[in-house]
Amino acid sequence: MFRFIARRLLETIPVLLIIITATFFMIRFVPGGPFTAEKAVTPEILRNLEAHYGLDKPLYRQYFDYLGRLFQGDLGPSFKYPNRTVNEIIADKLPVSLELGLTSLAVALVVGITLGVLAAVKRNSWLDYASSSVAMIGICVPTFVLGPLLVLVFAIHLGWFNASGWYTPIDRVLPAATLGLVYSAYVARLTRGGMLEVLNQDYIRTARAKGASELRVIFRHALRGGLLPVVSFLGPAIAGILTGSFVIETIFQIPGLGREFVNSAFNRDYTLVLGTVILYATLIISLNLVVDVVQVWLNPKLKFD
Amino acid sequence: MTSISPSAEKLPNAAITPDQLETGSSLWQDAWHRLAKNKLALIGGILLAVLTVACVAGPFFSPYSYESQNLNLGASAPSFSHWLGTDTLGRDLLVRLLVGGRISIGVGLCATVVALTIGVVYGAVAGFFGGKTDTVMMRIVDIMYALPFTIFVILLMVFFGRNIVLLFVAIGAVEWLTMARIVRGQIMSLKRMEFIEAAHSLGIGNRRIIFKHMIPNVLGPIIVYTTLTIPAVMLLEAFLSFLGLGVQPPLSSWGVLIKDGAEKMEEYPWLLIFPGTVFSLTLFSLNFLGDGLRDALDVRASKD
Repeated sequence: MFRFIARRLLETIPVLLIIITATFFMIRFVPGGPFTAEKAVTPEILRNLEAHYGLDKPLYRQYFDYLGRLFQGDLGPSFKYPNRTVNEIIADKLPVSLELGLTSLAVALVVGITLGVLAAVKRNSWLDYASSSVAMIGICVPTFVLGPLLVLVFAIHLGWFNASGWYTPIDRVLPAATLGLVYSAYVARLTRGGMLEVLNQDYIRTARAKGASELRVIFRHALRGGLLPVVSFLGPAIAGILTGSFVIETIFQIPGLGREFVNSAFNRDYTLVLGTVILYATLIISLNLVVDVVQVWLNPKLKFD
Repeated sequence: MTSISPSAEKLPNAAITPDQLETGSSLWQDAWHRLAKNKLALIGGILLAVLTVACVAGPFFSPYSYESQNLNLGASAPSFSHWLGTDTLGRDLLVRLLVGGRISIGVGLCATVVALTIGVVYGAVAGFFGGKTDTVMMRIVDIMYALPFTIFVILLMVFFGRNIVLLFVAIGAVEWLTMARIVRGQIMSLKRMEFIEAAHSLGIGNRRIIFKHMIPNVLGPIIVYTTLTIPAVMLLEAFLSFLGLGVQPPLSSWGVLIKDGAEKMEEYPWLLIFPGTVFSLTLFSLNFLGDGLRDALDVRASKD
């Protein structure tokens, strides 16, 4: 297992390097720069600005400078927020996005697994149909439709929540529900399928024959195998929730990193774009690795290869 | 393909007409019968056909144009003259919805064709040649699976203008991975079949074997995953449009309409509700038609 993890970690290095290089050169070959929007900039000031940020050096030098600083954990100064470094901005905004993402993931898993298990255990009952319909809605109604609709009903008409903002714990409810419910639909579907397959197997019959209670059979014996499809879906789900938060943060005006990323791209804030891309790529790649390890740990039939 | 006539097993009491006895039924006929029994898939297919016809033909029958404004009218609720109401610039929502549908469905189809082409060719080549070529090619796919592609698509759209052709290419370049995996798996199993061996011994070239003999036999899974790729692509397009990166005004797409609607929903909820409903219905149709086709053609998701 340690060899597996070590090999995967080693593989990550060239992948990240490719991502950094591709992003670095892509944003440089784009017309416009971080200072084009400011009208009052005279050529002299522009030259000074560029010299200050090292933009006057040849591109390859800038690239190696950037890599050098990156290895020391320094993502450089932001071009758009004077006197702030990318590290500071990320430290400021990432917790918000992480909180949103983790809450949404929790909603997705709790709602999805509960619905899926209920549907599988009470197969073809009204519970099964009800949970399938909920899952269907989740799959067909994307976040950017569901979010505004929830705001319309629960914030504007019923007045239970604020329509936007991120101040009190209650402000977390609608965004996390929007992002989480869409993924809970997939989780419910996968759980139901996985549980149905497992519940037919001999070891479940054995457990029942030995007098284990129905609850024990489900939670102790069936769930571990039944959740396998859910675990393999977690990788894409995590990536989806992280990028999905771009839209959620826009809808609910949440000061997270997702909105910052889209804005930084519009503003040509080179270092901030690079910093967020590197951060997201590292997050997604390492979470995928965790998911792979958990998957093998849950299913002894799979081996680390 | 595993089973030729499993429907006979499932329906022991079904009367077999002499007609069927004589002709037998092909895989496609069987699949069609199974699909026709799946109500959700059938409803999906019919809805989809109706929506497509409406989007293509509808705007010709409307007295309004998608860009003509009526500032005196402004935003109005659904009425006899404007069935779905008008937006804040007094533009007829129904026409904008239909024209937007052309764009959304068009982007969905075009980007899917791009994804389909890359995925099928890539998967077929990897599966056909096997060995080291296959290992390297599929490792690349594995690695790409783990990349935050949406982020790159966003960067591309921001940096290189919100060009609609680029949109097709960018989305297509993201969505081909699953198709490549599926085609590869199928080709690997086909490779050992006798008719391929026969083709080899007749001296037919590799390219011809792949494209004339193998790919036609993988058509079932390809069709199924194409149906499932289209909603994914449409979702991505709407996602980009929602962030202001997709189709630009005065053109409309469903993503653009939903974005506008979400901004003005407090005063004019119909601007959000109608586009949202139509878009959701389309996703519903495509997803359930795809699921139905998968069951009908008996395709298993093969990961490797």
